[in-house]
Amino acid sequence: MVRFNDKLTLLIFTALVLAAPLILAPTGAAYPDLMQRFAIYGIFAIGFNILFGLTGYLSFGHAAFLGVGSYAAMWMFKLLSMNIIPALILSVIIAGLFSLVIGYISLRRSGIYFSILTLAFAEMSYKMAYSVLTPLTNGETGLQLALDDPRILDGVQAQDSLPSTNLFGFEMKEVFWNPHIFGYDLQFNYGYYVCAILLILSFYIAMRIFRSPFGLMLRAVKTNQTRLNYTGISSRPYTLAAFVISGMFAGLAGGLLATMDPSVGAERMQWTVGGEVVLMVVLGGMGTLIGPFLGAIFIKYFENIFSKINEGVVHGWFAYLPDWADNLLAAIVSPFVGKGWHLTLGLLFMIVVIFLPGGLVDGGRRLFRWVIRADKKDIGV
Amino acid sequence: MGILEVQNVNKHFGGLHALNNVNLNVEQGSVHALIGPNGAGKSTFLNCLIGKLKPDTGSVLFDGQPVLGKKPHEINQLGVSRVFQTPEIFTDLTVLENVMIPCYAHRDGPFRVNAFGRVRKDKGVRDQAEHMLEDLGMKEKMHAHSGSLSRGDKRRLEMAMCLVQEPKLLLLDEPTAGMARADTNNTIDLLKHIGETRNITKVIIEHDMHVVFSLATTISVLAQGAIIAEGLPDDIKGHPKVREAYLGEAEV
Repeated sequence: MVRFNDKLTLLIFTALVLAAPLILAPTGAAYPDLMQRFAIYGIFAIGFNILFGLTGYLSFGHAAFLGVGSYAAMWMFKLLSMNIIPALILSVIIAGLFSLVIGYISLRRSGIYFSILTLAFAEMSYKMAYSVLTPLTNGETGLQLALDDPRILDGVQAQDSLPSTNLFGFEMKEVFWNPHIFGYDLQFNYGYYVCAILLILSFYIAMRIFRSPFGLMLRAVKTNQTRLNYTGISSRPYTLAAFVISGMFAGLAGGLLATMDPSVGAERMQWTVGGEVVLMVVLGGMGTLIGPFLGAIFIKYFENIFSKINEGVVHGWFAYLPDWADNLLAAIVSPFVGKGWHLTLGLLFMIVVIFLPGGLVDGGRRLFRWVIRADKKDIGV
Repeated sequence: MGILEVQNVNKHFGGLHALNNVNLNVEQGSVHALIGPNGAGKSTFLNCLIGKLKPDTGSVLFDGQPVLGKKPHEINQLGVSRVFQTPEIFTDLTVLENVMIPCYAHRDGPFRVNAFGRVRKDKGVRDQAEHMLEDLGMKEKMHAHSGSLSRGDKRRLEMAMCLVQEPKLLLLDEPTAGMARADTNNTIDLLKHIGETRNITKVIIEHDMHVVFSLATTISVLAQGAIIAEGLPDDIKGHPKVREAYLGEAEV
């Protein structure tokens, strides 16, 4: 049996992520904006999995940390510089502090009460961003760049257009290579590669945590907290550390969302965003290393590509059939695509939860084992 | 001076006087059994010792230090390990990982973020855990998923997890409850083996007289929340109060 050791896994992961603009081309998802979303939500889900997958504590409040990260980054863009480095650093720090406070209070309870507390905090943050915190969040309009922002590190600025986010002069939006390969028009931009490198780094950190004594303690929290306490371990600081680490990952993801599109509204803190990351982790495989990232790709792909399939496209699929068959099939299929993408996603989610409790990763493993077994039969082993 | 000194412990649950002025003195190196009929307050007493319940009045000194009001993990760090009635283990983890956790607790204390260490390459802790498993005859099962072990093996694993911490005091809450005779005898042999290889003071709460009289060096009898007799096993066997309260129900 092939055994994936960690080095090999990391190597394959890195190669796939770096080659994504090429690999994703046939799926229609290879445009920079969507690929950045894959990477950013991948970071969000990988971080969330450190809390949810390892300790089993289900938080519905991580949207708050995503939003806080975005706001922190925006304030750096407005006050300090359009360089993304200070923005990202501040997003991680602020989200970390914010999650320390929320985690400290919420972790006094476990199970459903913990989930409800985090949900309440996220909703509170969301509503406050709309109301009393308007001076910080600019309320319903959302926080945006303005020509007269100080940006004290950037010096004299052009006054005719808004500046772009950059990494020491490399503009995030800029496409630096635009080759035609296999008939596809490929776009390589700086923004995606910044996100990709941070994604690989996040994956590496998660991998190290999973294999560390700290990770072992987190898994022990999930399995039997009573035994852990009677073994001389104080479980609360461990869960709090996991909560803060996952909050910092969420803050980083929020900051990256702001580097991609420098404007942020309160809806980024809404609990549905926090619910989505739960779906990503469960769909991909909670407690697995690669699962959360797969789940993030899966959901973002559905949201952005599957939802664009309209009736015209569906008719295109069945064009070779007689008219009546074409119409019939199109009528059956179209509720599931385009605007109906939630329906398909919901059904897939149910199928995964019922038949593959370990998520897509579990499915992959079973398939792999099945193929191996079939192989062995063929050669008579 | 005993290693564990319990003085005048009282505990009420509403109108029920669950523990009534309980005094207990456990000598270093002894195997002290606490017996008594159902509802006598044995489990309540144990829970007071390990920080799960807080008695209304009284004091508990372990190794000269007061333990009342301390949290379970703090009491464990002082050197008290506990075996539960139903084995409490980490069923999602492997047998080896189960034993490595108490090793880390012993080495690193109640909390330490060691996020970049590698469990697999932690030679010291791993060897310690493997030795422990070897001693209790479980080495060949160390990579097994602990949730799939038999009940007897789960009990054995739980003992390994407690012993690897090198506790000064081991509390056993009905270690053979619900076991078949063969498993019970195995557990007695295991405890005898532990007694021969390590000098650990033990407090055993037990229903099964066969177990008690095979292991105990001192016996205290608890009935209706109070200690009614204490002494050597032979004295207890013939004690009239004990017969009345408890042994009258069972042949010894």
